[in-house]
Amino acid sequence: MLDGRGAVGRRASWRLILSASWLVFVLFLALAAPLISPHDPLEQDLFAARLPPFWMHGADPVYLLGTDSLGRDVLSRIIHGSRVALTVALIAGLATGFVGSLLGLLAGYLRGRTDLLISRLVDIWMAFPPVLFAILLIAVLGTGLSSIVIAIVVIDWTRFCRVVRAEAMNQSKMDYIASAVVAGQGRVGILWREIGPNVLPTIVALLTLEMGIAVIVEAILSFVNLSISTDAPTWGGMIAEGRTAVYQAWWVLVFPLVVLFLTVLSFSQLGEGLKDRFDPVLR
Amino acid sequence: MNAFLAIRNLSAILRGGSQRVLRSVDLAVEAGEVRGLVGESGAGKSMIGKAVLGILPSAVSIVEGEILLDGRNLLAMPQKERRRTIGTVAALIPQDPLTALNPSRRIGRQITDRLVDILGWTEANASARALELLDEVQIQNPQRVMASYPHELSGGMRQRVLIAAAFAANPKLIIADEPTTALDVTVQKQILKLIREMQARHGTAMLFVTHDLGVVSKVCQKLSVLYSGKVVEDRAVSEFFAEPRHAYSKALLAATPKYTDPFASLLPVDEAVIASVDAEVKAADREWRHV
Repeated sequence: MLDGRGAVGRRASWRLILSASWLVFVLFLALAAPLISPHDPLEQDLFAARLPPFWMHGADPVYLLGTDSLGRDVLSRIIHGSRVALTVALIAGLATGFVGSLLGLLAGYLRGRTDLLISRLVDIWMAFPPVLFAILLIAVLGTGLSSIVIAIVVIDWTRFCRVVRAEAMNQSKMDYIASAVVAGQGRVGILWREIGPNVLPTIVALLTLEMGIAVIVEAILSFVNLSISTDAPTWGGMIAEGRTAVYQAWWVLVFPLVVLFLTVLSFSQLGEGLKDRFDPVLR
Repeated sequence: MNAFLAIRNLSAILRGGSQRVLRSVDLAVEAGEVRGLVGESGAGKSMIGKAVLGILPSAVSIVEGEILLDGRNLLAMPQKERRRTIGTVAALIPQDPLTALNPSRRIGRQITDRLVDILGWTEANASARALELLDEVQIQNPQRVMASYPHELSGGMRQRVLIAAAFAANPKLIIADEPTTALDVTVQKQILKLIREMQARHGTAMLFVTHDLGVVSKVCQKLSVLYSGKVVEDRAVSEFFAEPRHAYSKALLAATPKYTDPFASLLPVDEAVIASVDAEVKAADREWRHV
């Protein structure tokens, strides 16, 4: 990494390496799902229902992580589930970040009525319980990927808005903003060139956090059967199904849960790691 | 009179208040001249500089008066024209070099911004000019500094960069807002010398805001003493130091530490003097309300 001192890279921390590796691995799973998954994730085989993972007694090594109550391969379903999870994480995360950051920047920099309006809106929003709000929205919008993305954006933009607004307000008070005004910079120029780059590390950290949250929200919605469609493999859906037979076949619940946990953790740790590494001021 | 900057009868209030924070200020800076503006903390020194540059905090509003820059009243212009006028002829040397440079942009860009955006120079010309200026403010290795981020430079270096940036567009007027306050004493001396040299070489008019009369005696030709937003004395510096007229100025001058006797106790401004100058301010306020 080149920074101002030349090629003096700060060493990448373990958390950055580990979290990035896991996410790259999940990304690979998502992209190559049809090629690498050993079975069709939807194929049922009732004669091979609730087979345990390969190391346990009575396992069929063809089904590495076992099968669920309908005899579908758990591993293949996890691999295919990563597609939904990552799509939602990326699209919903970026969209939420964009909407929230933009409103936050405007509120924090322009202040006055714009700020009043946006801030009151945030206050009102925060009085809604988020998950109920999401379920309500999906009920209105109908299930499907775009509904989930819209629901996440509508619920979570305040997270960006609040933090970015505070940061933009801090930056606006700095002398370099005054200097830019004296030098004849317009409002757009000041937002884009002076404030934007200084808020960016915060936005990136929030963004990765938000991607993790988006994965969770998608899983929650799948859990209550309000996600994509009932038969598409999703991690949340698998957890919901696994819950009903947890004493007979714990693996149907545990494996997707672990993958979900690691993915969400990786997203949040990635944000922290990136912030540590690329923030020029090392706040 | 041929003043480059003329402030006439300028009064300002805090939003929602009736008390004036600037009280009918009259002040002029002639072309090529340095005027000191001294006063206690909160006297309104910086506010005058900010009013000229159009960067007053939104809580302060100007209620009367004119700010003439090169004969044109800034306060009568539409916002856009005012920004442009200020951007082409005036510049600021800010107080705190730690917050006056954008931490996430390279030094070079921050110097060339105004040249490219306002004056329409090409990037290459602007960069050449920035290099030349960094050299002029005695920065070693200007090439490298151009590519650096602010946190890689020391406080003194940053203040030099800010001085270079202020002079970049050949402004006719520079507002120096306590440019040495945030620096340590040895660096202060160098920076002061540098500002004086640059000002003399470029013939820039300067409004030098400070609370240090010692600095005024070294840098300025004229001096305005401010108390509670009111100009109580407006003199040539040489006359002022020989014989200050206003009681408050006398007390202020007497309160300046003498370096010849480091063990002498510091003299506060006499309370009777404060009372009398407060009364003066109050009288001016009464008169102002009746107008």
